Amino acid sequence: MSLAELICPAGTPAALRTAVDAGADAVYCGFQDATNARNFPGLNLTPDELAASVVYAHAHGTKVLLALNTYPPAGKLDLWRHAADTGARLGVDAFIVADMGVADYIAHAHPQVRLHLSVQAAASSPEAIRYYCESFGVKRVVLPRILTIPEIRQIRKEIPCEIETFIFGNHGLMVEGRCSLTNYLTGQSTNMDGVCSPASDVEYVRDADGSMSSQLAGFTIDRFGPDEKAGYPTICKGRYTAPHRPEGYYAFEEPVSLNLSRLLPELIDAGVHAFKIEGRQRSKSYVRGVVRAFRAAVDDIKAGRKANIADLLALTEGQKQTQGAFETKKWR
Amino acid sequence: MSIHADVNTRPPGPGRTAAARLACVLIQPFLSRVVHRTAARHPSLFARLGPHQTTDFLIDPVELPFALHLRPDPEALVFRAVPRDAAPHTGAAIRGRFLLLLELVDAEQDGDAAFFSRDLEVSGDTEAVVRLRNALDDIDGSLAEETAAMFGAPGRAMLARLRRAYLNDTKGQECI
Repeated sequence: MSLAELICPAGTPAALRTAVDAGADAVYCGFQDATNARNFPGLNLTPDELAASVVYAHAHGTKVLLALNTYPPAGKLDLWRHAADTGARLGVDAFIVADMGVADYIAHAHPQVRLHLSVQAAASSPEAIRYYCESFGVKRVVLPRILTIPEIRQIRKEIPCEIETFIFGNHGLMVEGRCSLTNYLTGQSTNMDGVCSPASDVEYVRDADGSMSSQLAGFTIDRFGPDEKAGYPTICKGRYTAPHRPEGYYAFEEPVSLNLSRLLPELIDAGVHAFKIEGRQRSKSYVRGVVRAFRAAVDDIKAGRKANIADLLALTEGQKQTQGAFETKKWR
Repeated sequence: MSIHADVNTRPPGPGRTAAARLACVLIQPFLSRVVHRTAARHPSLFARLGPHQTTDFLIDPVELPFALHLRPDPEALVFRAVPRDAAPHTGAAIRGRFLLLLELVDAEQDGDAAFFSRDLEVSGDTEAVVRLRNALDDIDGSLAEETAAMFGAPGRAMLARLRRAYLNDTKGQECI
């Protein structure tokens, strides 16, 4: 059986402590800049905050993973190098990287710190994963959310590193690490600036009948009826009209969250080493609720008991959940 | 039930307007104490607000007779009750039931989930709202309990009553 580590989100120091207290085996976090894929306003940690957070986490036996999982634009690698140097100096347990240049720098400058390959690298084949392992010493791959459990089981047999999969949270997959939809509308890059649908370009407009439109850079992404559940203002979850679909339809994906709680035993049996909970942009309340629920479930399974999974539907986007491609390729 | 259905979203009549103005006057000393005490105890929240320290927020608890105007400028804090018909033009607005807003401030509820369920509405500058949310979420402990403690045992008892009322209401999914 794999170790089934719980990897939990921390957007602020308080959220980090909440995740630790709720039973996280590891927390992942980022700096307040473009070096990570949740570069949202008012979110993330300063170096001083990371230093104190590492001390707190380690005192409780929890690891700290630093996300450096965006792609440096040409000539701007220094920001990522500096972030890696700072993280190594402060004692983080691993870096989560996507870019080969960042991986290469860390492999040479900080070989004592583990490298994890971010989902943003979109490495989904044994060949690609082995390349990262052999070239940069990657110890763990976070798999894209496009694989079935039998596929994950097969990949596990063919690679020399640990596997981490998402188990809960945002399900905006597209081709991870290569989505340019936000860039197209706002000029900011999800992959290089770390912002998907930047808040500065988002506006919600309430109509007299109680409907609400969500807009990005002036373009309407969706319009929710008065009693309809809402989703994030991301283009991939938008609902659009077209000449052949005047009623509006989800062109890419629906507002929905991933929830693999029921598949935990199969994922563990398939050799998944670590389970990631998405949501650094979410509140302490979310972190506390989701981490506690999965801590209890994993502990039950490890002890040979049937896991009693708490109902997390209220925390899901659009209050809808899916097992996505993990259950079947026929999803969507 | 989403907040748009709340009866108190209708335009107030003259009687309600007068009551709202009186309520604003009566509650103002309390609000001033709360905001200055919070700023003194949690100075780190201003860094997360960044450039939005000087943004004006309208916080609109839909079932109360007034709204709240917040400008989290550490040099000139503003937190005042305003009748809805005299509310200033603000950069951002946050709207929901009072006790939901209180639970959000205390990280007892998740803001995104409240947004998904349509129990929470935001308008105006979304970045300002996100920064305010993140700043408040990084506070350890309960602002509501700190505030209640300022008034001793009666304050704590009042908070407990409010929370019980909220729990009862949300069980039935009915607006106050």
